[in-house]
Amino acid sequence: MSRPSADVATRNGVFARAFIYAVLILFVVYYLLPLYVMLVNSLKPLDEIRKGNMLALPHVWTIAPWLEAWSTAQIGVQPIGLKPYFLNSIMMVVPAVAISTLLGALNGYVLTKWRFRGDNVVFGMMLLACFIPFQIVLIPAARILGLLGLAGSVPGLILIHTVYGLGFTTLFFRNYYEAFPTELIRAAQIDGASFFQIFRRILLPSSGPIIVVTVIWQFTNIWNDFLFGSSFSSFDSIPITVALNNLVNSSTGVKAYNVHFAGAILAALPTLIVYIVSGRYFVRGLMAGAVKG
Amino acid sequence: MPFLEIDNLQKSFGATKILKGVSLEIEEGGFLVLVGPSGCGKSTLLNTIAGLEPVTGGEIRIAGKRVNDLHPSKRDIAMVFQSYALYPNMTVGQNIAFGMEIRGVPKPERDKAIADVAGLLQIDHLLDRKPSQLSGGQRQRVAMGRALVRKPQVFLFDEPLSNLDAKLRIDMRTEIKRLHQRMGTTIVYVTHDQIEAMTLATRIAVLKDGTLQQYGTPAEIYNNPTNIFVADFMGSPAMNLIPATIGINGKGATVELARDGEKPISLPLGKASDALSPYRGKPVTFGIRPEALTDPDSADRDATAVATADCHIEVVEPAGSDTFAVTNLGGKGVVARLRADAHVQPGTVAPLAFNLTKAVFFDPATEMRIA
Repeated sequence: MSRPSADVATRNGVFARAFIYAVLILFVVYYLLPLYVMLVNSLKPLDEIRKGNMLALPHVWTIAPWLEAWSTAQIGVQPIGLKPYFLNSIMMVVPAVAISTLLGALNGYVLTKWRFRGDNVVFGMMLLACFIPFQIVLIPAARILGLLGLAGSVPGLILIHTVYGLGFTTLFFRNYYEAFPTELIRAAQIDGASFFQIFRRILLPSSGPIIVVTVIWQFTNIWNDFLFGSSFSSFDSIPITVALNNLVNSSTGVKAYNVHFAGAILAALPTLIVYIVSGRYFVRGLMAGAVKG
Repeated sequence: MPFLEIDNLQKSFGATKILKGVSLEIEEGGFLVLVGPSGCGKSTLLNTIAGLEPVTGGEIRIAGKRVNDLHPSKRDIAMVFQSYALYPNMTVGQNIAFGMEIRGVPKPERDKAIADVAGLLQIDHLLDRKPSQLSGGQRQRVAMGRALVRKPQVFLFDEPLSNLDAKLRIDMRTEIKRLHQRMGTTIVYVTHDQIEAMTLATRIAVLKDGTLQQYGTPAEIYNNPTNIFVADFMGSPAMNLIPATIGINGKGATVELARDGEKPISLPLGKASDALSPYRGKPVTFGIRPEALTDPDSADRDATAVATADCHIEVVEPAGSDTFAVTNLGGKGVVARLRADAHVQPGTVAPLAFNLTKAVFFDPATEMRIA
């Protein structure tokens, strides 16, 4: 290859690369802009927002809106901030994620390593659960929660989220365990390990990536859920999504946008943290399931 | 008294019959090799002995005790898997000790057993490593260590060498044989490699399509195959199976082998075997192993019936230790095994000695042995 053409090729390469980066940066800005607006305005006094220019940095930096959103903002009829509802959500999400993940792992274990007649039919029906719209089950679910005496309570929310998440968690774990060598299970059987010993000692320690995927998926879905939260909670079990709605939609007084922004970020923070901490496992785990399943 | 008995064992998956009534028995300390092509049911048979697959019919007895309905861990067996099946989250030492841990053996006793086995297999320096940090040969040793530490009545091996490279496979083969000689424990070993079967076994069971084709010592299987399948499957290069006709001349029976464009080779069978007399003038399949078809100088001096015939050599394949020559008889390529420095040239005619004491005859229709 002669020199000039090589130079042209390099120059074309540089242009192409610059173009790709420009497009990527454009999209990064596009996606990060809303977060920027929320963050910037949550750190301004309210009168600065009223003057317009949502994109400007604050003249006076303040964390007062955050404190107000957390502990004193008017939610519904009470001026108690988002804190109690945040705790409600934690108390609902942690057990619901733990139980649905554990049961999903057990289901996946049975559906792949303890095959029984009709196991694929059972799996197919569990998969179907992933596609049932929430709205359809609202009334039957309300009736069942009522019969169980769990209506309007945190345990009631845990139950409905666990049941609803089971389809997904089972799908994740089944596909992951499908690729897990059956000879390992057989070796453990010959070693005398019981059903649960095999699960706990052999399978679970090798399930790191899929546990991360399932936990992220379940945590995000349950934390962000609004419909079940608004339908099945009562006074002392309202989750944060519903509380945030009550904060933002309160019709009395002045709209405290800075407090609303701070509240919205507070409500989104746990899912953000979960993603940032374990996001790379999420992608890796999803790929593993997708390719091998 | 037989130690491991398999009595008319049947196994079906749905309507598919995998094992169609297999009966075998092996004495204590024996080395039984189950061999056959893929899909013959040999691994299924091993899994039923292990208790990993329930049987559809028949009975399995170990030391006179029926074990059909016993859990794998209660049968006093240990198994080495093709993929080694080492627990990936445990160290080598924990892998070896897992069974003892489950049975509640106290820690000092476990540690001593690990040390003994690790010394025997020379894996002491690997005990703290994870399986992913081991080479194929090391994993193989750990898998054997996990089996050995149980001190079982029967060892089960499921194609344990098939994931190793060629050289390591031969080393490990010798090592397994040495271990067997030292421990004297009964072994059942599955392989599709007939050389492994020949070198390791005290008894070989050849399986095909879920039925037992032949059961006997390696020498019986090799020298006296009961049918064409066994003759063809065992031995490398395979036995020559040549379409032939039984003739008769003044001195007795002969076997006639057709040649391209020339009159057939006629080999005297000497004292005509009675078994062959009904086949006079009829087609048979003449079986002769490459080492029984050689240059006249290397022919077996002790053989009672050696006949020499000129054959047209088509291809010569020097293999270092031997030279293989291919000729054409009865319309098929026939391999002769000559000594390494035999002077044969492709395209020429050379005399070949047929050792007829080692020859076998099959009925082409039933594929069963005649003589």
